[in-house]
Amino acid sequence: MAKSDNGKRIRTTRRKLLQYSGAAAGVALFTPYVHRSWAQTVELNMLSWYGLAEPDMVEEFEAQNNVKFKPKYYAGGDNMLAALAQSPAGTFDIIHTDAEYARILIERGDLVDELDPADYPFDDMQHDDFTKFPGHWKDGKLYSVMTRFGHLGVSYNTEAVTREEAMSYDVFWSPKVKGKVGHFDWHLPNLGEVSLLNGNTDPSPFDISDAAWDKLKEKTLTLKPQVKGFFDYGGTFASLKNGEILACVGIGDWVTGVVAKDGAPVDSVVPREGGIQWTESYSIVSSSTKKDMAKKYIQYTLTPPGQVRSANMAAYPGFCVTKSGQAALIEQTPDEAKRTSQMPGMANHPVTLIKEGRIHYRDTPKQQSLEDWNEFWSEYKNA
Amino acid sequence: MTDDTAGRIADPSAASSARGRTGLYALVWRVPLLVWQFLFFVVPLAFLVYLSFWLVKNYRMIPGFDAINWVKMYSKGYFWDAYYLTFAMAAVATVVASALAFPCAYALSFKVSETVRRWAIFFLIIPFFTSYLVRIYAWQVILAENGVINGLLALRDLGPVAMLNTKFGTLVGYLTLCMPLVVILQTFSLANVDRNLIEAAHNLGCGRIRTVFTVIVPLAKVGLIIGAVFCFILSFGDFVSPYYLGGSRPPTLSILIIDTTKSGQQWPKAAVVAVTMIATLLVVAFAAVGAAYRKPK
Repeated sequence: MAKSDNGKRIRTTRRKLLQYSGAAAGVALFTPYVHRSWAQTVELNMLSWYGLAEPDMVEEFEAQNNVKFKPKYYAGGDNMLAALAQSPAGTFDIIHTDAEYARILIERGDLVDELDPADYPFDDMQHDDFTKFPGHWKDGKLYSVMTRFGHLGVSYNTEAVTREEAMSYDVFWSPKVKGKVGHFDWHLPNLGEVSLLNGNTDPSPFDISDAAWDKLKEKTLTLKPQVKGFFDYGGTFASLKNGEILACVGIGDWVTGVVAKDGAPVDSVVPREGGIQWTESYSIVSSSTKKDMAKKYIQYTLTPPGQVRSANMAAYPGFCVTKSGQAALIEQTPDEAKRTSQMPGMANHPVTLIKEGRIHYRDTPKQQSLEDWNEFWSEYKNA
Repeated sequence: MTDDTAGRIADPSAASSARGRTGLYALVWRVPLLVWQFLFFVVPLAFLVYLSFWLVKNYRMIPGFDAINWVKMYSKGYFWDAYYLTFAMAAVATVVASALAFPCAYALSFKVSETVRRWAIFFLIIPFFTSYLVRIYAWQVILAENGVINGLLALRDLGPVAMLNTKFGTLVGYLTLCMPLVVILQTFSLANVDRNLIEAAHNLGCGRIRTVFTVIVPLAKVGLIIGAVFCFILSFGDFVSPYYLGGSRPPTLSILIIDTTKSGQQWPKAAVVAVTMIATLLVVAFAAVGAAYRKPK
């Protein structure tokens, strides 16, 4: 019970107390949202592979920064270039792309902005190459930042193929998988793997002479009788899951990791001949009007929470690029860290494989044109 | 006819004016269609043809007028392999769909009540309510090696039979896309056949089978051919079935378009494939329509 200014007594009943408390709690609870609704939500337009702007990746950043991601997804670097070419300037703020296509973006000169290396935790990167990743720098200037990566090798059904058998690309020619080999329908990773089998490692499976290119074509054509089909991501996923294919060329844990979580007996290994690395990076579009927010998001993806989300991404998982990200992954989702060999000291730790020289960065062909490789791929599909 | 009316019709200038008004009236109704076709068919088609002469340098398309894309694409064996395969698969789908649809359409037109026919047409339309892609994914579950059909075969110690990622799978997809439409078109066509002519044929001693092929089919010819043409057009240009049920092995022209664009922005070469497809479809469609409306000698 209290007194008012004019001395009259105010009766504070239990009901009124509850009403006032409820109102106060409501104000306290909803104030942040009221504040947010007053502030203009920033819409960040992202051009990316599927999944990069899904809630499991961006919800935390969206909530923290009053941002709403508006993604346009593509499949394959050429589609990314096409989407860019077909959209007016200012359509996109941030581009997520494969490293070999980041190089093409940067070469164009007017598409993506120069970045300040001091804005990104390069001293926390797991490997020196990640700080100066090929194609991300031009004339000593940074244009693209690597945020995740993965390895491609032999992907197989563990009930049909043993791990030892899968440790060589020769398994694709094995009678055990005759008519049951699938291809991820993109020439670069497939031909890159056959190139590795042919021993083209110095300097790279994508930097080969015309004689080596002829041998690569010859070897690839011998695989055709083994092949069941050519699939996109969804088709590869379904074919591995329903047993239509028992081994797949051109993919890795980025597909089998998801299929395995779905209960299918599949796995991927980097074979003795070596593996190919896919590398994904972010760039800020020059015509964007939200460059600060785009930069903030790239920084976020390199923080431990951002790296953990990337490593567990529902659409397809990727390895952590930062030491602190890996530490957080081990702490928060140790099973995933173990499954992907990201625990310190594991023999197949992704960075160890790179240091041992068993991994080659995926690239566009150096001594032939991309068109040459693609035309052969069409020939092969028709063979 | 009143004198006034007769006078106006007799007046040549009045008749001419009436014809002019009728012409203008008809033109007003035609204009939207003409404008639509011009803007959304002729102009894009002209641009597609023009695009096929552009060049690509450093992943950038350069406007120009060079026949190199046509020469290169037409000199590739895989292009012609894909062309013949696409044509053959679409032709097979057309024949199979037309043959399978005819008994069904015949029954709906002549053997069931009006109510049953209405319900049947309703059920034939229902598949279009669902995305074609979703229906194709459903077929994957049915046709896969550990799918529904092979599961049933396994109960009898049979199989497994490879159906998914084969040409058979592609054909199933084409029929999924086309069959309902072909049945509907054939049904409408057969339903409009004059019953008196059928009875006359029977009265003159024509057997049932002979009546079908010498009376009913010729009278319903236009609808039957239009149904077949639609099936051919849809199958010839389809991407989904050959990719998701045929495993892209070997690829059809629509898949070749996608593949071509993956080689560094080669949209002009993809345009060569697209223009060739459109030209083929135009030839087939005009030939079929010509055959449909050709008067018997």
